[in-house]
Amino acid sequence: MADAIVSLRNVTKTFPGGVKAVDNVSFDIAQNEFFALLGPSGCGKTTLLRMISGLETPTSGQIIIGGEDMALTPPNKRPTNMVFQSYAVFPHMTVADNVAYGLKVTGVPADETKRRVAEALEMVKLTHLAQRKPDQMSGGQRQRVALARALVKRPKVLLLDEPLSALDAKLRDEMRLELTRLQENVGITFIIVTHDQDEALSMASRIAVMDKGAVQQIATPSELYEQPTSRFIADFIGKVNLINARVVSSSASKVVCDAKGLGRIELPHEGPAQGDIAIAVRPEKLKISEAQPKGASAIATEGKVRDVAYFGDTSHVVVRCKDDLELAVNVQNDKRAGGAGVERGQQVWIHWAPEDTLVLTE
Amino acid sequence: MAQTLKPGSGPLDYGNRTWLKILFAAIFFALYAPIFTLIAFSFNTDKRGVVWRGFTFDNYVKAWNNADLQEAMLNSLTIAFISTIIATILGSMVALVLWRFRFPFKAGYEGVMSLPIVIPEICMGVSLLLFFTNAGMMAWSVSFVWPFNLINIIIAHVAFCFPFVAIVVRSRLVGFNRQLEEASKDLGASEWQTFWNVIVPFMMPGLIAGALLAFTLSLDDFVITYFTSGPETVTFPVKVYSLVRRGVSPEINAASTALIVITVVATVLAMKLQAPDKSGKG
Repeated sequence: MADAIVSLRNVTKTFPGGVKAVDNVSFDIAQNEFFALLGPSGCGKTTLLRMISGLETPTSGQIIIGGEDMALTPPNKRPTNMVFQSYAVFPHMTVADNVAYGLKVTGVPADETKRRVAEALEMVKLTHLAQRKPDQMSGGQRQRVALARALVKRPKVLLLDEPLSALDAKLRDEMRLELTRLQENVGITFIIVTHDQDEALSMASRIAVMDKGAVQQIATPSELYEQPTSRFIADFIGKVNLINARVVSSSASKVVCDAKGLGRIELPHEGPAQGDIAIAVRPEKLKISEAQPKGASAIATEGKVRDVAYFGDTSHVVVRCKDDLELAVNVQNDKRAGGAGVERGQQVWIHWAPEDTLVLTE
Repeated sequence: MAQTLKPGSGPLDYGNRTWLKILFAAIFFALYAPIFTLIAFSFNTDKRGVVWRGFTFDNYVKAWNNADLQEAMLNSLTIAFISTIIATILGSMVALVLWRFRFPFKAGYEGVMSLPIVIPEICMGVSLLLFFTNAGMMAWSVSFVWPFNLINIIIAHVAFCFPFVAIVVRSRLVGFNRQLEEASKDLGASEWQTFWNVIVPFMMPGLIAGALLAFTLSLDDFVITYFTSGPETVTFPVKVYSLVRRGVSPEINAASTALIVITVVATVLAMKLQAPDKSGKG
């Protein structure tokens, strides 16, 4: 990538005791991106973030920030700043002193420090609390202090370690919007670590999904959701119906396979010439009808409703079909009366368009 | 209907049982009656100090004007002051090393470090006396001008005070959020700046508590001081001991009361500062 601000080249981290936390990871992050590292806990995403910040050193590989190899640069000399998961706001300093800290220790003149601290506090809307001590503040406010303290340094890259995990649900939604707004305003590259897919999908411009120390896929949120490259991704991001199938024949634009519970189906995808595959389809792409759908193009199967869970805006319906195939269907409750329109035990048809199906080989 | 419990017979109502109340009273009496007698008699007008004859502050004035007691008190305070500073610096450095680093024989080192706490004072006194005598310091230090002639006692006091400081400071450090240190470095601070701006302020309550503890320990130490002081130097507890041999005078009561007040104030402050708090969790 030509305008990469952060480049990782074969970065590996092995902890004493032989645990490989990050395994041969290489990718580029462009200027001004809102980049998310997403993965289950223990996948190495935080270790990767800490290596970018310099708090951890890679066992092998290269980390390049702004065109410079960071191998010999300690964390206090790197153009990165971090918002820690525990916020790590200095308890013995006021909010203003916390924000000023990074400027004072690097010898920024007092009047400039004052001006920049005021700007940063303004940005996170904490001007009125400048003289407070952190123990008199809520979690959300302390997080803003941590944000202001990092942004006041004008880093090339801002690193955020699970920034929303300690906030309650409502505050989290607010903060999510605010982070996106902030990122657009300051024009700094954000790298965020999260285990929460909603967080990653809604904020990031690009997401790297990690598992067991390796990057599984890097894509935009919609690509990740609609075109996952593996079962792991399809299953990890959102909900999905994964159906095992065996390829009968395939060409450049068509796969014919025998799928569990569905029989022989034709999918408008390229696929392997033979072997076992998984076909994936998202619950909201499925439609429920009482009568057999007309038109030959749809993939359809008959089943019995096993469970209906009501969520207000949607209902999640589980239908048991042939061969013990269970399909999850999300129904929009777009009318006030009737909810999902089906009841437990009811016999229904499920159908969807073949182009909404994915073929996964891995 | 369920049987109602009599007041004081509940499983956690120990405090309401008569025999326990009596036991508590007896224990507190045995512990504090002598001290209160001492304090009360410091206000006595009787010269022999055996019978109560009337209230006066004269004993305090006399004690204050007693040149011998003055000299002893000055020595004690000087020793306590200097050894507290040294013990606090040493002790907190030990605490930092034990908190921060892993090294071979760490557990062994920790054990040896806290030996002065458990070794009987008399043994420590004898061993220090032997050490100073063999090193020639007993004879040597006498020739120094004040306060350098107190060096033996100061060294001895540092030796038994610093483990207390180390333990107090270390228990404070256990609650430190390491991310504070990382945040400081991430914001551009060097190791040294991080130490002074983040770690030391966090340690401060422990440092002060440890220092106050060391101060009180040093101020009222008798056994070790008795062994390590030369013939010329007298500290307050040692002086009191030598006076008592000639009979207890209300003057000594007054001086001792002053010492008790200093010690109690310092200890209460130390305990206050040591109390766990929420700060430092970031």
